[in-house]
Amino acid sequence: MESIEQIRDRLLARFPGAQLAVVANPGPAAQHGLLLDHEHAAAIALFLRDDPVLRLDQCTNVTGIDWPEKEIVETVKSSVPDPAGGPAKIVETKTKRLQPGCLEVVYHLYSVQHGHGPVILRLRTGNRTDAVSVPSLTPVWRACEFQEREVFDLFGVTFAGHPDLRRILMWDGFKDFPMRKDYVEPDDYEWEPTPHGAVLEKAKVHYPAPAPAAPAPTAVPPPAAG
Amino acid sequence: MSDAPTPPPSPAHQPASLPAITDAERAELRRHGILLTSLQELYTWGNSHSVWPLNFGLACCAIEMIAASMAKFDIARFGSEVFRPSPRQADLLIVSGTVTKKMAPQVVRLWNQMPEPKYCIAMGACAISGGPFKQGYNVLKGIDRFIPVDIYIPGCPPRPEALLHGLVQLQEKIKGFTIKGPDAPRHLQKADAGEYPVPEFGARDLEPPHNPAVWSAPTLVRAEKS
Repeated sequence: MESIEQIRDRLLARFPGAQLAVVANPGPAAQHGLLLDHEHAAAIALFLRDDPVLRLDQCTNVTGIDWPEKEIVETVKSSVPDPAGGPAKIVETKTKRLQPGCLEVVYHLYSVQHGHGPVILRLRTGNRTDAVSVPSLTPVWRACEFQEREVFDLFGVTFAGHPDLRRILMWDGFKDFPMRKDYVEPDDYEWEPTPHGAVLEKAKVHYPAPAPAAPAPTAVPPPAAG
Repeated sequence: MSDAPTPPPSPAHQPASLPAITDAERAELRRHGILLTSLQELYTWGNSHSVWPLNFGLACCAIEMIAASMAKFDIARFGSEVFRPSPRQADLLIVSGTVTKKMAPQVVRLWNQMPEPKYCIAMGACAISGGPFKQGYNVLKGIDRFIPVDIYIPGCPPRPEALLHGLVQLQEKIKGFTIKGPDAPRHLQKADAGEYPVPEFGARDLEPPHNPAVWSAPTLVRAEKS
């Protein structure tokens, strides 16, 4: 199978205006993904499915990732020459920048016909609050339907063009997205037999107040009541 | 109440109002072909040996429940082979598996649809307390928060032998019931609610999160380690 860079170059030749980027996977699996832009995503997906060389006719897995806002501290070391002629001083400059958060949807594609894969597609939303829409790939791969509903249910990504976008695991009136990193569970940990870690901190809130400590015995006996 | 010393506790199947006849005497009579019994004994004997479970499973514990009903373990030896597909014909609700919050109202509804006398077995760690999924956002932390449970069978999942043992324990419990008085089964007592409130889907959790008439959180006083 072609490498992800070759696929990207072929796609760029076919779709000249597309914004494509290879997202490297530093792990041992080295399954690098291809980040698509929203405008060309559906057309590129259709091309990958029908291209005679690739024929990625099966989407096995759709999943979501929550990337919260992250503060990144970068340290730059620079050597400042000493005006007195001594050894140069090394000065560390720290710059902080805020990496904006987003939600990501990951598609794993295989070819049943050629027996190769996976090719990994990624789609990112604009942010985590109001621009949470990505184009749906259900019209291309029917197998995405339930899994995109699951990503909508648990991460809150809305899929434009999905034929039946409803919650699938939680009930319809549910107000939250449980797989987001800032999700707070309902506080029903009032009793745990063996709490530890974060659960212990939660359970402590519900413990009855400790009995007041007995007053320390005094050395001098109190005078008899008279 | 008189001040007379209380008589020694009679066997559970022989209430104190009956003329005293010992088990040895009855065994002796039975040896000669005379069967002595009471209405109550007949009633509990019939109840305990025709406990028909509801054909209802939730997760992997249900596989063990099915295995218990097959030839190798053969739950028919204990009179419980007739798994009924309708709650109207069932006596026993085996809550076999993880109860999700989305499923919990349906379980309570099934319980309400079963006619009295009915019994409930919580099979496995999940049905008892939520088990390994206790910290999950969508798992009920024990079915006993909504319906009264007669027998708890620990295990993850319990083997079929454990389910059979639980069933025998339930039969012993039924044989200990009297028709009247404080030892009467739950449904013959005036305080019994009869129908249990079905929780509703709230914005973040079930409303109410538990039935206060059935369950309240145990209070544990823990000593702080110094």
